[in-house]
Amino acid sequence: MNAVTPPTRQLIRMRGRSYVAFVFSPVVPVAGWLEEIDATLGRSPGFFAGKPVVLDLSALQLSQSGIAHLISSLEQRGIRILGLEGVDEEHVTTSMPPLLTGGRNCMLAQNDPKESREKEQPKAKPKPASLLIESPVRSGQSVVFTEGDITVLGSVGSGAELVAGGSIHVYGALRGRAMAGIEGNAAARIFCQKIEAELLAIDGFYRTAEDISDSLRHRPAQAWLAGNVMRIEPLN
Amino acid sequence: MAKVLVVTSGKGGVGKTTSTAALGAALAQMGQRVVVIDFDVGLRNLDLVLGAERRVVFDLINVVQGVAKLQQALIRDKRLENLWLLPASQTRDKDALTDEGISRVIAELRTKFDWILCDSPAGIERGAMLAMRYADEAVIVTNPEVSSVRDSDRIIGMLDSKTVKAERGEFVAKHILITRYDAGRASRGEMLGIEDILEILATPLLGIIPESQDVLRASNVGSPVTLHNADSPPARAYIDAVNRLLGETIAMTVPTERKSFMSRLLGRRAA
Repeated sequence: MNAVTPPTRQLIRMRGRSYVAFVFSPVVPVAGWLEEIDATLGRSPGFFAGKPVVLDLSALQLSQSGIAHLISSLEQRGIRILGLEGVDEEHVTTSMPPLLTGGRNCMLAQNDPKESREKEQPKAKPKPASLLIESPVRSGQSVVFTEGDITVLGSVGSGAELVAGGSIHVYGALRGRAMAGIEGNAAARIFCQKIEAELLAIDGFYRTAEDISDSLRHRPAQAWLAGNVMRIEPLN
Repeated sequence: MAKVLVVTSGKGGVGKTTSTAALGAALAQMGQRVVVIDFDVGLRNLDLVLGAERRVVFDLINVVQGVAKLQQALIRDKRLENLWLLPASQTRDKDALTDEGISRVIAELRTKFDWILCDSPAGIERGAMLAMRYADEAVIVTNPEVSSVRDSDRIIGMLDSKTVKAERGEFVAKHILITRYDAGRASRGEMLGIEDILEILATPLLGIIPESQDVLRASNVGSPVTLHNADSPPARAYIDAVNRLLGETIAMTVPTERKSFMSRLLGRRAA
């Protein structure tokens, strides 16, 4: 074997990863807001210990020195700032935490740390985001599924009702009511193989049978929201 | 093995009682041991259609409440020895029915009969719910009109969720019986077509009973139409339906308009 091994290039691996951080959004007066933080710390001193915190300053108009002062005030309270949000780049100096963008909201359970750890242990499977119904939905029946889409393999009878947090798909005739995106999802749509619906609704905007064009009746169709107007078009 | 069959519809006046009597009599004529139960407590009619109204002593409520024995309440038909009636009470209302009581009565009848036909009251309240509660099979009586079809759809939904079989995860066998079908009006587009009804209800068809004066005439003399005039078109349609219930395959005939010789002649001349 050759004793000389060719020098291997050290690769720098870079990966993206997202984390959950607290976001503080101070409001004026800043002194009063800091008092609130103190009160929280008074109730549970370790609340922010070791937790990453992002400072959202979009509600404030602070100068460079103002920002620096706020950061140091928080550091005195043991709160370390991971990054800044909602400030002009020119106000951020190299000694300050970096500017962050593209943050997304997520739910934070305001639980006691111990309790939340216990809860995480028997980690429940994520709930399915769609509901499949393999039989016709009969008159008088009401199917409510706020977690996501409803798919029906069959018809939805006159006087029946589908209520979905997401979209509604009907592989059959839709003769009843279909309400999609009921928890404020304007991107939800309603699809059916034969449109004879009594009422279609998406995110609170609705149309009754009278407002659905006769030329669409008995045809495959979809309904969606274009701004504040519900559009219903044939699928083919 | 005994079969419990509920005759139901949701809507009133579509022909549940007439159909229960006709199907019950036809089954009995074929040698089956049949009992028909009137669940329309307070508005009983089945006794009249069967011509047994003058022989009612005890009724379903008496049996449910343990006041009378089943044998005391059952009335045997005078013409068909295999046909029995368990009448409803006219003086009580549906609240007198109890789930436990009906369960006991049906269980006892299962040991004595081949077929137990439950004539459901209209509506979706207690009486109708208990009539379908213990059913193995269901005949859904539907008229060719939108209101009746929608009510039938509702009833089918309940058969799939509120019966003992459904609660056990089993299925109640369902059959659509279209009654009062008027071929003339259907051809003029004044009624829903058979295809439309079956498409909406997505349930197999048991039979099509033509609208006929024979049905009314039979009811008025207290005789099921299959017994009163077995050769009439509605009676033949009921007999076909019963044969299908018994598992035979019989071609479905859609009633057509019967034109008299004169009208055909006139029709030709006009054309």
